[in-house]
Amino acid sequence: MKNLSIIGAGAAGTMVANHLRRELSADWILTVIDPAPEHLYQPGLLFLPFGARDEAKIRRRRGRTLGRGVQWIQRPVQLVDPDKRKVMLEGAESVSYDLLVIASGSHVRPEETPGLMGSEWRRSIHDFYTLEGALKLREALTEFRGGRIVLNVAEMPIKCPVAPMEWLFLADAFFRKRGIRDRVELIYVTPLDGAFTKPVCNVRLSHMLKQKGIHLETEFGLAEVDPDGQKLVSYDERHVQYDLLVSIPVHKGAEFIGASGLGNDMNFIPTDKHTLRVKGQDHIFALGDATDLPSSKAGSVAHFQSGVLTRNIMRAIRGQSLLMDFDGHANCFIETGFGKALLIDFNYDVQPLPGKFPVPGFGPFTLLGESRVNHLGKLAFRWLYWNFLMPARQLPISDQMSMAGKQVVTEEEMMKAAV
Amino acid sequence: MSIRSYGGQSVEVNDEGFLLDQASWTPAMAEAIAEETGLAPLTEKHWKVIAFCREDAAREGQAPGLRRIAKLSGVDMKELYKLFPKGPGKLAARISGLPKPTSCV
Ligand SMILES: Cc1cc2nc3c(=O)[nH]c(=O)nc-3n(C[C@H](O)[C@H](O)[C@H](O)COP(=O)(O)OP(=O)(O)OC[C@H]3O[C@@H](n4cnc5c(N)ncnc54)[C@H](O)[C@@H]3O)c2cc1C
Repeated sequence: MKNLSIIGAGAAGTMVANHLRRELSADWILTVIDPAPEHLYQPGLLFLPFGARDEAKIRRRRGRTLGRGVQWIQRPVQLVDPDKRKVMLEGAESVSYDLLVIASGSHVRPEETPGLMGSEWRRSIHDFYTLEGALKLREALTEFRGGRIVLNVAEMPIKCPVAPMEWLFLADAFFRKRGIRDRVELIYVTPLDGAFTKPVCNVRLSHMLKQKGIHLETEFGLAEVDPDGQKLVSYDERHVQYDLLVSIPVHKGAEFIGASGLGNDMNFIPTDKHTLRVKGQDHIFALGDATDLPSSKAGSVAHFQSGVLTRNIMRAIRGQSLLMDFDGHANCFIETGFGKALLIDFNYDVQPLPGKFPVPGFGPFTLLGESRVNHLGKLAFRWLYWNFLMPARQLPISDQMSMAGKQVVTEEEMMKAAV
Repeated sequence: MSIRSYGGQSVEVNDEGFLLDQASWTPAMAEAIAEETGLAPLTEKHWKVIAFCREDAAREGQAPGLRRIAKLSGVDMKELYKLFPKGPGKLAARISGLPKPTSCV
């Protein structure tokens, strides 16, 4: 018998496990290792602070999400020993592997920033990237009567790089509906030099922030938070005052990656950007938020990667060369408030462009433009996630990005269209 | 993509001004890019960072991110922001003739 082990059964690990169980022959034992009893649908966290009460629908017992023939060890991994091909678990047990997939994700680390996790944590300082944080922020927003709300991204990379803006758009709508928008200042403080990294999309999103009266403070390298003075302090000594801080803390990969010497400074794993094999390791692959790839850390990316990775594992088993098939494809809905959303579809080389998706000229989704259908798409995504993506069923969208339906425009043309 | 002339040499750069071929970089080019970005003249401290970035990229096969520079170059974060204002990770990479670090994507 041979062993294939997967570390982490979040979005990426679950999809790969369910794909591989159908592909692998019966002489392979397929094991996933994950300590958490539940699988959390993280995109659902965005809506909780604004009064959504669907906590029960965004979590599932892990056992329900893993197909038959997948063994689950409910323990945290402490170390990987690539030379002995062994995974050490907490409590001195170990699992041997012939092939290993690392899908242990990316995790918020508020303790990395001085002042963030002191006495004001979850009082005047909140986060929504964890279930606990999102629920606490829901209470804080219900009680909020006016003042300055600052949303800060501490450092890149973060997962779902559009979520901070979605949060602000939804906050704008939330306070308008409550009739107190004129008493609330919304400020987006980011280390990036614009609202988004890709130029055409940046024009669109910056314009929308402005229209909604959300102020943008860029290139802010967060040095520390002063919880008593209620301000953010940057390395170049700029100060931003807040009444309520919504923080997207520093993200890091899992500890065991650093401890095993497999990670970079942030514990993300150097990975081949097209084959998804870990650099310098013949028997280890990685996908999802755990890698150091220059693609977005998003569930859609993990989905496209899971197809490529499954094919490459099967090729590695047969002794064939790996396919260079992963192109950085990402597909993300961006909630814009009042029942509308944008959709962006892009890869390593092609930035988000306007157009229609997935059927050229028809849609039903509009790329880089607001529509009600896009919003319905975002809401339907939860159902799709549990019922199609996680069981690794076939979808009519290819892993690789397609140019069909996209209009090639420049930053300048987009600017003209925006005014 | 476009062609620019730095330190008397014509080189290809991408839309954001990063050199396409890191082997074509020379110290004179660093001075010229620094001039263009308003950083000139480069001090000894700047050169310490540039030297670290070049060496680290040669060793690791990719441009170091800001966190790595602050940890290993001997120049701390606060000072990096003084030397390379606004986006030090990006700016240091550009002046060192390296691609934009992936942590900035
Ligand atoms: C607020 C928010 C909104 C988002 N919105 C969207 C969206 O609209 N669209 C989209 O595509 N994506 C979105 N995302 C991103 C998406 O949720 C992630 O990209 C996706 O979950 C990545 O999957 P993953 O498997 O790599 O990591 P995860 O799903 O985080 O799973 C990692 C798993 O590894 C396990 N693990 C960790 N450490 C260990 C260890 N030591 N040993 C064993 N197991 C371990 C964890 O328990 C976890 O189950 C959003 C994320 C957030 C936070």
